[in-house]
Amino acid sequence: MTAANVRQIVLDIISDIAPDEDVSTLDDSKSLREQLDLDSMDFLDIVMELRKRHKVEVPQEDYPKLATLESCVSYLSPKFA
Amino acid sequence: MKYDAIVIGAGMSGLAAGIRLAMFDKKVVILEKHSIPGGLNSYYQRKNFDKGGIRQFDVGLHALTNFIKKGEKGKPFSKLLKQLRLSYDDFKLCPQSYSKILFPDYSLSFSNEFELLQNEVMEKFPREKDNFMKLVTRVRDFNELDLTISYSSSREVLREIIQDEVLIEMILCPLLIYGSAWEDDMDFAQFVIMFKSLYFEGFSRPEGGVRTIITLLMEKLKSVGGEIRFKTPVSEIITQDGKAIGVKIGDEEIHAPVILSSIGLPETAKITQALHEKMNPPIGAMTFLESIFVLDKKIPLEKNDSTIIFYNDSSKYTYRPAQNFFDPSSAVICFPDNYEPLVREGEGVVRITYMANYSQWKELPRPQYEEKKAEVAESALHLLKKVITGFDEKVLFKDVFSPTTIERYTWHLDGTVYGSTEKSRDGRTPIQGLFIIGTDQGFLGIVGSLLSGISMANLHGLMGAEA
Ligand SMILES: Cc1cc2nc3c(=O)[nH]c(=O)nc-3n(C[C@H](O)[C@H](O)[C@H](O)COP(=O)(O)OP(=O)(O)OC[C@H]3O[C@@H](n4cnc5c(N)ncnc54)[C@H](O)[C@@H]3O)c2cc1C
Repeated sequence: MTAANVRQIVLDIISDIAPDEDVSTLDDSKSLREQLDLDSMDFLDIVMELRKRHKVEVPQEDYPKLATLESCVSYLSPKFA
Repeated sequence: MKYDAIVIGAGMSGLAAGIRLAMFDKKVVILEKHSIPGGLNSYYQRKNFDKGGIRQFDVGLHALTNFIKKGEKGKPFSKLLKQLRLSYDDFKLCPQSYSKILFPDYSLSFSNEFELLQNEVMEKFPREKDNFMKLVTRVRDFNELDLTISYSSSREVLREIIQDEVLIEMILCPLLIYGSAWEDDMDFAQFVIMFKSLYFEGFSRPEGGVRTIITLLMEKLKSVGGEIRFKTPVSEIITQDGKAIGVKIGDEEIHAPVILSSIGLPETAKITQALHEKMNPPIGAMTFLESIFVLDKKIPLEKNDSTIIFYNDSSKYTYRPAQNFFDPSSAVICFPDNYEPLVREGEGVVRITYMANYSQWKELPRPQYEEKKAEVAESALHLLKKVITGFDEKVLFKDVFSPTTIERYTWHLDGTVYGSTEKSRDGRTPIQGLFIIGTDQGFLGIVGSLLSGISMANLHGLMGAEA
């Protein structure tokens, strides 16, 4: 799976969790939390959706690795390989 | 039968917890003693003797706190929508016009715009202007969601900041009666939650009342595959080596490594031998009486355009069980007709809440019980006439429910509404795998208990080691 695919997977999940957010203008290198109205509960949902939809596990100590779109892609890509 | 999690009680917190767990494919069952969902915020019906047919009433629901406008972010209500994947529009929220705190020498109005209360305080208590703003900053900066903070007295904090005793009483009055398990005081963390919910954010009511909320939750639960069983009282929580392993319902046993109980901390201890040996949480003393009047027409707006009146007949507010069955010296008077749009056609409704005394009601034999309830209704009507000048609408129908009614339909010991004064802020109990959600986790009211169910399901059901 390409980096672009993984990026899209994360964006799809965010759009479902926070339907009111515009994800088309996101800066990949900036913190998601700063750009969107996401709190720790929403990050849990991202993790839960990754597990539910793609059987990808993110242990709690790795949550910080989901901070930006860029870091999401580099952290998750090997898990999708 | 083996489940990932069992939720005890289908009140607001239980339904929310069930939805969260089922949403992420946990095998979960909600067990509810009553035949319908809602718990303390349920509904009931009465035969309408004058006209035939049936009238529907909400048990609770004066007001949904934590009002937000569509699209507002980062607030408790928006978190709740996101976590339960519900849409703002489904709630059909009708905002309040405004509410007021009515004391003998002063009245303070507040609405869904905080500026109103701020201006009212400045106008009526000009000397407290700076102090009030200090309190507002203190409240704004306080992290009430920190699950590790311990009890501190709100009165003490208030006295450090505000000089005028009457202003302190007036600020406290709505916050205490809308959510304090403590007599005459409340935990400061709880004060902050309530201050934000009532004064910063405000009130609304879903069109259709509490049923609208319950229907949304039940549909969501179904769509995510959650199971629910009614008329299914849990008689015992089974433990083994200090761990909860399941529950008993009659002769049947259901097993799960995670049990979320919304029935209250003392109530949970009562059905869990191993927990009872370790703790004896006090039963909360605060319970109430509610009189509901159906009027031949809605009260004209010239006579009253406010949504809720927090009435107190002296400059000191007393918040404790009534000395004599009920205490008419203070009341919450709710006018559900005064949520927007303020239509004036059709019958009117008024709801009046008094503080009550459980043990006295409990001991009353039948005929006297009915007489006493009639006395309550009469007193409430008298109060209404006193507060609304020129009130002359005809009462078509009235109903009163008492602390024993609350006990009978929710199984909260002593009819307690705001639970025990001992809260489990992180939901944990001395029994591994057994968690407290809802009122006795320290988050109450409709919005609070929904958020409690969500956050405890997240913490102990989704992220927890057991699940
Ligand atoms: C008269 C009144 C007016 C109110 N007005 C408002 C208002 O205007 N706004 C607001 O926000 N809040 C209001 N509240 C408060 C609000 O209703 C509660 O804080 C909230 O509903 C609590 O939800 P909960 O899930 O914590 O508990 P509960 O609703 O008490 O849920 C517990 C559930 O467990 C069930 N149960 C008990 N024992 C067992 C057992 N052994 N086995 C299985 N099930 C069991 C009960 O039947 C109940 O359904 C009001 C309450 C009352 C009583």
